[in-house]
Amino acid sequence: MDLEEAKEFKERCTQCAAVSWGLTDEGKYYCTSCHNVTERSKEVINTGAIPNTKIQAINRGLKRKRKLEKGWDWYVCEGFQQILYQQAEALKTLGVGPKLKDEVLHNFWKRYLQKSKQAYCKNPVYTRGRKATVLEDNPSHSDWDSEPDLLSDFSCPSFVESGPDSQLDSRTQKPFPISKASQSASICSGSLDGVKYSQQKEKGIVKMTVPRTLAFCYLSLLWQRETITLSDLLRFVEEGHIPYINAFQHFPEEMKLYGRDKGIFAIESWPAYEDIYKKMIEIAKFLDLPRFPDITEDCYLHPDILCMKYLMEVNLPDEMNDLTYQVVKMTGIGEVDFLTFDPIAKMAKTVKYDIQAVAVIVIVLKLLFLLDDNLEWTLSNIAEKYNEKNKEDKPWFDFRKWYQVMKKSVDEKKQKWEEARAKYVWKSEKPLYHSSIDRAVVYKRREMVVSLQKQFSALTDSAPTVEKKSPSSFQFNWTEGDSAGTCFHGHSLQGILKKKGQSLTTKNSLYWLSTQKFCRSYCKHVTTYEESNFSLSYQFIINLFSFLLRIKASSLHEEVSLIEKRLFKRKYSKTQKKSRSRKRRKY
Amino acid sequence: MSDFSEELIESKTEDDQEESYVFSGTGMSFPWLQNHIGTIATGGKKEKDFAQTTSACLSFIQEALLKHQWQQAAEYMHSYLQILEDSDSHKRQAAPEIIWKLGSEILFYHPKSNMETFNTFADRMKNIGVMNYLKVRFHINLYPVFHIEVKKPERNLFHSRNARYSEKANSHIVFLNFFRLFLGILQFLFFSKAPLELTLTDEDDYAYNAASQSMLNHSCKTSVNLGALIQTPGVWDPFVKSYVEMLEFYGDRDGAREVLTNYAYDEKFPSNPNAHVYLYNFLKREKAPREKLISVLKILYQIVPSHKLMLEFHSLLRKSEKEDHRKLGLEVLFGVLDFAGCTKNITAWKYLAKYLRQILMGNHLAWVQEEWNSRKNWWPDFHFSSFWAKNDWKEDKTLACEKALVAGILLGKGCRYFRFISKQDDEVLRKKIKRIKKSVENHSIVNPGL
Repeated sequence: MDLEEAKEFKERCTQCAAVSWGLTDEGKYYCTSCHNVTERSKEVINTGAIPNTKIQAINRGLKRKRKLEKGWDWYVCEGFQQILYQQAEALKTLGVGPKLKDEVLHNFWKRYLQKSKQAYCKNPVYTRGRKATVLEDNPSHSDWDSEPDLLSDFSCPSFVESGPDSQLDSRTQKPFPISKASQSASICSGSLDGVKYSQQKEKGIVKMTVPRTLAFCYLSLLWQRETITLSDLLRFVEEGHIPYINAFQHFPEEMKLYGRDKGIFAIESWPAYEDIYKKMIEIAKFLDLPRFPDITEDCYLHPDILCMKYLMEVNLPDEMNDLTYQVVKMTGIGEVDFLTFDPIAKMAKTVKYDIQAVAVIVIVLKLLFLLDDNLEWTLSNIAEKYNEKNKEDKPWFDFRKWYQVMKKSVDEKKQKWEEARAKYVWKSEKPLYHSSIDRAVVYKRREMVVSLQKQFSALTDSAPTVEKKSPSSFQFNWTEGDSAGTCFHGHSLQGILKKKGQSLTTKNSLYWLSTQKFCRSYCKHVTTYEESNFSLSYQFIINLFSFLLRIKASSLHEEVSLIEKRLFKRKYSKTQKKSRSRKRRKY
Repeated sequence: MSDFSEELIESKTEDDQEESYVFSGTGMSFPWLQNHIGTIATGGKKEKDFAQTTSACLSFIQEALLKHQWQQAAEYMHSYLQILEDSDSHKRQAAPEIIWKLGSEILFYHPKSNMETFNTFADRMKNIGVMNYLKVRFHINLYPVFHIEVKKPERNLFHSRNARYSEKANSHIVFLNFFRLFLGILQFLFFSKAPLELTLTDEDDYAYNAASQSMLNHSCKTSVNLGALIQTPGVWDPFVKSYVEMLEFYGDRDGAREVLTNYAYDEKFPSNPNAHVYLYNFLKREKAPREKLISVLKILYQIVPSHKLMLEFHSLLRKSEKEDHRKLGLEVLFGVLDFAGCTKNITAWKYLAKYLRQILMGNHLAWVQEEWNSRKNWWPDFHFSSFWAKNDWKEDKTLACEKALVAGILLGKGCRYFRFISKQDDEVLRKKIKRIKKSVENHSIVNPGL
């Protein structure tokens, strides 16, 4: 509180720009006008007055440390490794087998490091780039520094343990542990190669980014043929079950991030399906992976099983399974060669299993109800009348009733989802800053936000409203036999099908194609989706499913068109014959 | 529910119409452009989800505020505060103002908030850089006013006016005045509450002395604030009024007079009739000499010839001994009746009738003619048409009589108004009409020979 002593400090306050400083009890300066405490502390100028030289040394050391915010020396790829490790652990708690982490992902990652020449190769980039400076500086230092400590075994704890030890060694050896090389590196980033990494643009090398960690995760899930689809994975990310946004928060304390690291590790968007999908193929090609294990009929990712799952999810009758099964068979999308991912193949392309399954369901709905805003309601009227007369029997599926139930619950869900998104906490407790200059400002800002948040959360109810949902691959829950009669699983399709000879066919003999024009240029679009051109019930169904998978409506529409193309090959090739047992004319 | 499908179809056609309306409409409102513009602003880059959710959050807050759901608003606010850490510096800098506005709104109405939370919030606002801190202080003091806990709010205000903010505040002169004004009002509120308390306490009581002491204190502070405010050119009617009221309460008549005189006569101030009205009323209370009152009202007459004080002005002038004052008195009356709003003012007509007779008896026909010459083209239709005669007679017979007298004097016996009224047969008014006829014959300015 001594204003006299603080007079020599002449800088302007970062908050209010006043030059009016006082000293706190700890010897730090604080602004008398806005009470902003600085990181600067009053330096003891007259060292002669201090008898104990030991104190002097400690004093100097501490100061230096604070200035540079020195943690361990670490490389960017180690950061990604840390994130992958966290994600793998999270997947494990979700119930994925341990092999995924220890064998598959580990191997993929090793292969990546090798391919990108960061480790497991003769001349890794780090030694090449840094050798000169490091060597002339201190050979013993570069011992542990030049080759990033890329764990021979993948588990992270060992990496964590080995880190501080070597660090501590070097620090005790040298009174000033900051070598020239690391000093220059750490001015603009916490990691050693953050600056270089963000500038690097080598051709042919797929650079690691945070979204690509998810691509890695999905690749290994696919390899293991786990029961998690890409849309599930991304949904878990959004719901916070898998670390992604602010994953760097859980880095070990001593791995300091700032400067360029911010650009590399800070993420301000949720992963998008198409984006991660593309990245996954890109990485698989880069890693030169062999053909993935076959996806057979008993795999979760097989359209038959996924269709069953999604039919349950959206509350449609189990009987529709037969129809989806038929469509899958006729289009050939259930075949092993079609389903299995083969990165080495000429046109590396994997199936979007979840979207495809959903598209099959959409097609089946179109077959049954036509979805032209007319026939589905007529059929519903018939079903309604039948159900009223025969209350004992198995009820016929009533599209209108289903629509009303689904519309209501989807709207509710969507509303909740939007609210949850709006309330999402993006910023980490560990703020990232560009340089040591704005460190204080950033921390101060963080502090301010936290205290303001505290104030506003005190105003809300004591119980936090956004409780964390336990992860589930189902978003809707329909139980048979609840009183409201909102479950349609047991309803029959009798009103919609009719016997013809030995087989059942749909009463509806019409069909309309979602598209007739496929884009042939190189824009990679299959077709376009202009919502207003389609019937309202089609729009509803497309929107329902795309919300379920958190994808764009247009990409589902594209998938529907693609499968239709396979289903009605002849229509597209303009042959007259109708090969199917069900007669269809173009609507 | 069987026509549900129709509903759907109907809604579709409606949509179609709407769409075609957008295209065919001649107006310049293109709501669908909004989205496109949004993407252009970000340079074609996809907006980050962070930006998206925070703006969604903002609209949720606004919606909640609109619906008075303070609870929800506070919840969303919790998330919205993240924008202070936005990496986009533009947004980050714009955020404090928004947060201040939304936050203070929430805290203002939230049932769980109180003065203390409001103060801490405002205090923090200072640190995140709300542009005009004085405004913040202002809001802090609104809180108790609206929550009826006027204790000593102005203490805070005085604190806020220390040196370090004055620099900024001076650049916002307008707001500074506003601020003073508010301060003045607060003190006036306190003042107007105080006499009540005083009457409740016993006069011999120690408390009485203490209370009156503190009131004196307040008035002192008030005169500083309001006095300073009133120095600035502008229209400060209610403040001047309350200020004068206070000054009078404490017996500072000279001060009050000075303030009012200054307010009325300073040339820097915009021309303001009320200023003269206040001064006149004050002087009247003070029982100032007639001469002085006339001089004040003379100015008011020049600004607002139809002011209701003009009749008072007329009676003052009538009593005056000076000839030109008496002439002016006639002018004033004619001036008042020039206005459509005063046509049914019975006092004015009565005064005019009486005064016309008086003047004509005093042989000042020239005065009347001077006034009448400019009006004789339009007054007959304006006041003395047969329509008005019927109408006035129906509504107010006394008024009709007064007007008939004036009409008779000014236009002669042949005028429609006078003829209509004189033909009326009313038992009560028969005598009066007779008298009117007589005085018209005696005093009419129209040459009977013509």
